[in-house]
Amino acid sequence: MSHTFHKGGVHPPENKITASSHITEVELPREVIVTFSQHIGAMAVCCRTKGEHVKRGDLIAKASGFVSANVHTPISGTVTRIDKWKTAFGYTADTVTIVAADDDHASDTAYIADGEATRTQEEVAALSDKEIVGIIDDAGIVGLGGAAFPTKVKLSPPPGVKVDMLLINGVECEPYLTNDHALMLAAPEKILAGIKLLMRAAGTDRAVIGIERNKDNAIRLLESLTADEPSISVEALDVKYPQGGEKQLIEAVTGREVPSGALPISTGVIVQNVATAYAVYEAVYLGKPLIERIITVTGPSVKRPGNYRVPIGMNMAALVNIAGGVPADTGKIILGGPMMGRAVVSLDAPTIKGISGILMLPDSEAHRDAVQPCIRCAACVDACPMGLEPYLLATLSRRQMWDEAESGKIMNCIECGCCSYSCPSARPILDYIRLGKTTVGGIIRTRQPKQ
Amino acid sequence: MSSVIIAIIVLGATGIAGAVILYAVAKKFHVKEDPRIALIEELLPGANCGGCGRSGCHDFACACASASSLDNLACPGAGAEVMKKIGDIVGLTPAATTPKVAVLHCNGSCTNRPVTSTYDGAKSCAILGAIYIGSSDCAYGCLGQGDCVASCRWNAIHMDPVTGLPVIDTELCTGCGACTAACPRHIIELRDKGPKGRRVWVACANKERGALALKECKAACIGCSKCRKICPHDAITVENNLSYIDYTKCKLCRKCEAVCPTGSIIDSGFPLTVKEMEALAATRQQQTQK
Amino acid sequence: MAQLLTVSASPHLHTKRTVAGCMRHVTIALLPAAACALYFFGIGALIVIATSIAACAATEYCINRWMLRRPSTLADGSAILTGLLLAFNLPSNLPVWAVIIGSVVAIGIGKMAFGGLGCNIWNPALVGRVFLLISFPVQMTSWPLPLVNRGEYFDAATGATTLGILKLGEADPASIDTVANAVGSVGGSLGEVSAIALLIGFIYLLCMKVITWHIPVAIFGTVALFTLCIGGDPIVELLSGGLMLGACFMATDYVTSPMSKKGMLVFGIMIGLITVIIRRWGAYPEGVSFAILLMNGFVPLIDRYIKPRKFGERGAKS
Repeated sequence: MSHTFHKGGVHPPENKITASSHITEVELPREVIVTFSQHIGAMAVCCRTKGEHVKRGDLIAKASGFVSANVHTPISGTVTRIDKWKTAFGYTADTVTIVAADDDHASDTAYIADGEATRTQEEVAALSDKEIVGIIDDAGIVGLGGAAFPTKVKLSPPPGVKVDMLLINGVECEPYLTNDHALMLAAPEKILAGIKLLMRAAGTDRAVIGIERNKDNAIRLLESLTADEPSISVEALDVKYPQGGEKQLIEAVTGREVPSGALPISTGVIVQNVATAYAVYEAVYLGKPLIERIITVTGPSVKRPGNYRVPIGMNMAALVNIAGGVPADTGKIILGGPMMGRAVVSLDAPTIKGISGILMLPDSEAHRDAVQPCIRCAACVDACPMGLEPYLLATLSRRQMWDEAESGKIMNCIECGCCSYSCPSARPILDYIRLGKTTVGGIIRTRQPKQ
Repeated sequence: MSSVIIAIIVLGATGIAGAVILYAVAKKFHVKEDPRIALIEELLPGANCGGCGRSGCHDFACACASASSLDNLACPGAGAEVMKKIGDIVGLTPAATTPKVAVLHCNGSCTNRPVTSTYDGAKSCAILGAIYIGSSDCAYGCLGQGDCVASCRWNAIHMDPVTGLPVIDTELCTGCGACTAACPRHIIELRDKGPKGRRVWVACANKERGALALKECKAACIGCSKCRKICPHDAITVENNLSYIDYTKCKLCRKCEAVCPTGSIIDSGFPLTVKEMEALAATRQQQTQK
Repeated sequence: MAQLLTVSASPHLHTKRTVAGCMRHVTIALLPAAACALYFFGIGALIVIATSIAACAATEYCINRWMLRRPSTLADGSAILTGLLLAFNLPSNLPVWAVIIGSVVAIGIGKMAFGGLGCNIWNPALVGRVFLLISFPVQMTSWPLPLVNRGEYFDAATGATTLGILKLGEADPASIDTVANAVGSVGGSLGEVSAIALLIGFIYLLCMKVITWHIPVAIFGTVALFTLCIGGDPIVELLSGGLMLGACFMATDYVTSPMSKKGMLVFGIMIGLITVIIRRWGAYPEGVSFAILLMNGFVPLIDRYIKPRKFGERGAKS
């Protein structure tokens, strides 16, 4: 069996500074700002009013539609504001602010210390597949790898598709990020319990956990735990970016290629992140919705880089302060990894479900090199994991030749950034491809109703 | 000698054969075109700006030649005189049009709008706007990467290096509207050029509440409605904390401009006041000293 | 934080490779062959190489400065590389004025007229060489003998190249010394004679991942097979003339070669075919430069019709 995907890919310096650090629990904040739109799909609708008292784990906003997700509060307290709040990118988002009084804070802290299971092993075993999907839906679980796609949608394959494998993504191919690694080391049994639940929900009896070889201890740990589990196996993969991409991971593990324009599920494989499996375990066994996640706070000059378990909605600046504050030499702050993450204008914004890391790069690494003319070296063509011609698509987008870009399969681009990364002329290839994707996507959408 | 003759014969024969084929093909596939189309096209500016709503100058000429009325056909680049000539060619009278010009609904220069970050990437407003708010706190104003400049086929827009905002040259602007479509924030509007080129408009697009808008930009419209109350011609509406002057009703009295507390209403084409001239002279002097 | 945060779209990392770095690698890869040229042809090689590099760099600088009025692009190293490659394609007794004319044509017409680095259709060094070959055939085809006149420049004793001997059919093909051909102890353009030195450079480029094997291997394979088919000696064909230099360093020029691997193979095969056809049936004994230039013109067409296989197309067909 192959040990990595075959087309393209790059190998940026890994810089996994926090690889050996355990998960640090973050003290519950006194104030959280819960954002309604933390996922791909329709915005959740607020179901609380100002002044109302809510308990930890209570529903704040309800999913509005099939592709949408519930949002809950990570702390008990009073709803003080329902308004717009600036996100880290400067635009505004609909939010609810919840402030905890002293007794709220005390009771939450005590509750976490107890940490009792709400469902016993027998009760869980008695749940039907539908009920498990229902619990996942209610808990507002989304893909925690970064894209934040509602998990229950992925678990509902279109009619006629037979799911024969659950693929658990423990690849973490982004440089710097170690949140999944830390979770695999800290709670492997719980992840496995979550995987079994996901297998039941997806209606399959086979699961494979894909992990890159740079996480050797996690591979060995999970291999030993799954030694007597015939249905779950661990696949060690060679280190190559973007192996964590759904299509690349499916190809690396199963050799199947997701057809151009089709959903990954059409290959009969459902991909879920390890952190998602963990969240499913918590939702089913503990009745705990998705109100926390692991975030890697890192950077070359961060004082206390580490993997932090963070209540979702906590202010990012407060989180970074726990890690020693923003270093003086910081020139760029990125949410997520350095290859696909987004740079921010300000950290004074709430955390959301899709944030896997906060990376603070020094000013010396914050700027792009000067753009030079394309020397047609074909580095981008070689690096593209989707077999596209990035140099051509970027030029077509810049010249607004949308039809040609569409026939060049610009919509197949997964925006992994291998093209811009590998370009010796430092050309903003992906910038233009992304613009072309947005425009061509819009053109395709306006065309559809006519057909 | 014989090789020379052979070469001449072979080359000559090839040439003649080529000419015959070209002639035959040209005859066979000849498309008869209305001769007026070429005449009209010659009058048009040939910028293919799309301001007429057609896909180019040739398309517009075809449309004119086959039209039964010129009511919906107007070339903004050519102007009324050329349209009259086109009307003579096709035997129709063109509809009367008022010349338009593009105006920018933003005055967020570097001094008015504090810079909060630096953008480093492809020079495109569309790309910048898709990843974040831009280098200031205003989510409505100019992004400053010059998509409008790139879209203008008339060379009528350039970026002011001092303010970071596009400057529209009203002499060159034809009102084709390419920039209004290119701007991802939709802050360029086509307005009537006005008598003697005089116009008054609100140079702001910020829809935040007053205090917030002012925090984001010193020249923001705060929606205070002072201009609406003072306007004697009912030309001003305030919606979403943003004032708008209807140019079809505006009589250019400039009372609104005088009462605007943030100076977000600006004009163009009016003779300079003494104060303005003094200010201009002062800046010129500063520049020469530098 | 003292300064403002920088915001840009992902990716936020960038490879260490640069254009100048690529050019530097190719220049380094040419050094063994340059050393061989100096050893075999002595002072003449030195004069031609130095003149060519200086003239190419000066031409590019002048065009940028006074004609295009834009910042100098000398720092990317491509003009120096072009100068070196052009010199490699010239005989070591070529007069200085001819070298300068070749350099001006190579940079001025071959490269800058199209818009500079990355925009040219034809390999600039070959444009310069072919211009000289057609304009000054006498000077361009008098090949100094190796080793014997290292101290001579103008009055070097000249002889025929291996391919010239084969073409005229004067000598018995069996008398051709394969070892001398491989080492470079034969007459010819100053940089093309030593096949071994060029191969060392080629292996260096492969190891540094500057180029891929596709174009050179396609050329070598085609030349060997085709020569065998028409009853020639493939080893002699491979080792003699400008084939080694052309295949490893000229045909692999980024700007004027196809983007996809399949396209590169087609490109290489066609160069191999045309080379052998010119060598065997054409008026010139050597055809590598013409073959590469011809195929350079087809690169846009190759790029248009030969695309890399897209991810997901395999699934779509089945």
